[in-house]
Amino acid sequence: MGPLTHEPSFSGEPLIPPERYDSLGELLRDAFVQYKSETALIELDRKKEKVRLTYLEAKRIAERLAKRLEDAGVGAGDRVAIVMSNQSRWLLSAYAALFRGAVLVPIDFKLTGEEQETLLRHCRPKVLVTEYPEYRDLSALQRGELSMDLVLVSEVPSNVTLPQPTQAARGTFEKWEQAIETDVETGGSPTFVPRARRDQATLVYSSGTGGNPKGCILTHDNYLEQYRTLLALYPYEVGDRFFSVLPTNHAIDFMCGFVGAFACGATVVHQRTLRPEFLRHVMQEHGITHMAVVPMILEAFERAIDERLEEKGELTEHVVEGLRQINAALTLDKPRGWLSKRLLKPVHDRLGPDLKNLFVGGAFVDRERAQRFYDLGFPLAIGYGLTEACTVLTVNDLKPFRSDSVGKPLDGVELEIRNADGHGVGEVWVKTRTVFAGYLDDPEQTAEVLKDGWLKTGDLGFLDPSGHLHLVGRTKNMIVTAGGKNVYPEDVESTFEGVDCEELVVFASGYVWPGTKLTDEGLVAVVRAKKGKRVEDVLPEIRRRNLKLADYKRIVAVLPWESEMPRTASMKVKRAPLAEEIRGRVSPEALISLEVV
Amino acid sequence: MTRDQLTKKLIELAGKRFERDTSELAAADDFFEKLGIDSFQAMELMTDLEEEFDIEIPDYELQGVNTFEKLAVVIEARI
Repeated sequence: MGPLTHEPSFSGEPLIPPERYDSLGELLRDAFVQYKSETALIELDRKKEKVRLTYLEAKRIAERLAKRLEDAGVGAGDRVAIVMSNQSRWLLSAYAALFRGAVLVPIDFKLTGEEQETLLRHCRPKVLVTEYPEYRDLSALQRGELSMDLVLVSEVPSNVTLPQPTQAARGTFEKWEQAIETDVETGGSPTFVPRARRDQATLVYSSGTGGNPKGCILTHDNYLEQYRTLLALYPYEVGDRFFSVLPTNHAIDFMCGFVGAFACGATVVHQRTLRPEFLRHVMQEHGITHMAVVPMILEAFERAIDERLEEKGELTEHVVEGLRQINAALTLDKPRGWLSKRLLKPVHDRLGPDLKNLFVGGAFVDRERAQRFYDLGFPLAIGYGLTEACTVLTVNDLKPFRSDSVGKPLDGVELEIRNADGHGVGEVWVKTRTVFAGYLDDPEQTAEVLKDGWLKTGDLGFLDPSGHLHLVGRTKNMIVTAGGKNVYPEDVESTFEGVDCEELVVFASGYVWPGTKLTDEGLVAVVRAKKGKRVEDVLPEIRRRNLKLADYKRIVAVLPWESEMPRTASMKVKRAPLAEEIRGRVSPEALISLEVV
Repeated sequence: MTRDQLTKKLIELAGKRFERDTSELAAADDFFEKLGIDSFQAMELMTDLEEEFDIEIPDYELQGVNTFEKLAVVIEARI
């Protein structure tokens, strides 16, 4: 889109320029040599450091593993699946697979064993890399019902024996730690397998919440181009520390906490527990500079800051509020990290004094919260992307910070709003080199989203005059009211952001309870109250905000809900399963009418 | 400590943290639902329990654990 896209802002030539490489394996191979004495990986379990590896040490381990994969027959285009929580072995295994020219299949470790097995049946990998706690849940695999050549399991307790190959299952089960015992000096070095840009690099299952598995085919060109555009805006410096907390199968973590980090010589830090107090410990004690988060984590950080301020007393709260306003005024045009850190030291100490950037994506970000973070001096890079387009399509460049938008298209991204309504809202279509090659074995679904080189994102939004993209919802969540108006539940939900409840989701009542006449096609908000509170306590606030909406967007009733809502890996509410749960458990009689006047 | 005693102790500690009357809580209760807590808050309860029993429970041991009974089984294996 010419002038509306970002201008790359590299100050110097990157040490590992993506243009020079044909595959991720090739780029990473050079990075591991280039940065040999830098720290590549740190892994903690609570406060104990379990792993610390330089690039050279990491390279040696990964190459031993690559040798083991080679011996198992893994070569160009063979699939290697990973089902592992965030840890250093994940990245070492991924590099080993790419070194052998394999197609990496990162599978969400948070799925149930059955769901993971459905995906494994779908992609039929040659090798599976997993960890013992995940392996325990893969019962069909243990029974030999999934056939693979090699299954590597890390952290197997000493009293457990892995299954022996049987006639039914020809595969070998082996401890991950045993697989890296062969010294390449004596056992022979692994052979690097080159790949071309157009070749497949990964198969990533998008977090679509229902139906058939959607395996996105992503090429080396997709990733190398994405790395070029994204890191041109937000480059890491050698020695930066990225804290990896989103599952690594997630596109953002894969790019920022694996490919991008290693390509720039940064350190990737893992914490084996995701308990908030240990996350903060890592941020405070390990000099974290970058992190990719989803809105829910941002919310937990905000709680941590508020707790700290409450502990310090009312006076501190007032002083910090004053300083926040001063900082907000001083950073109106662009972030001034050094200044903000000095002005707001007590706040910055809570999340670590070295934090340079928080990447936020994955779901709709609360505008007020994002603005507050920025005003407190934490540069937030709010972005938008989807698995089908590799990682990121648009991102905020902080010139100036905008909490209301998901940013401008990255260099090379053509973005159009198709079939726009009278307000300029339509479906976001994109054309760029990072668009995927299609869904595995599913030409029909592929044809539905890929049209003449354009990707239909399924997201609804509009571009403002300065070229910033604003998202309003998903096409498939769109509700058409009885009056023929289009309503986007995400848009309505954003009106209720900040209401003092745990979770709030908007549905069309006819979607939850099809065929019931009780509430007709009215919108209902499903609300989970905070602990010790009742939904009734927040009704006045909901009523007040509801009246700010155009009449056709107003909710007509509230449904109190008690359990935590199901969410995807990127923390979006899974709407269909939630609606189903509601349908099974409560009837429309439980609705509290809002009596809209 | 028997399983029942342990379960009772867990209920007592959960009641204390989330300010609930323990008589409202039963061994088979889904604690997320009954206490109205989310997964982050459940993690905080785990930290209390770890301190109380001087053990460490890895996050993965807690996958699918949603009742005091199931929690007692996990903890029993560690003390």
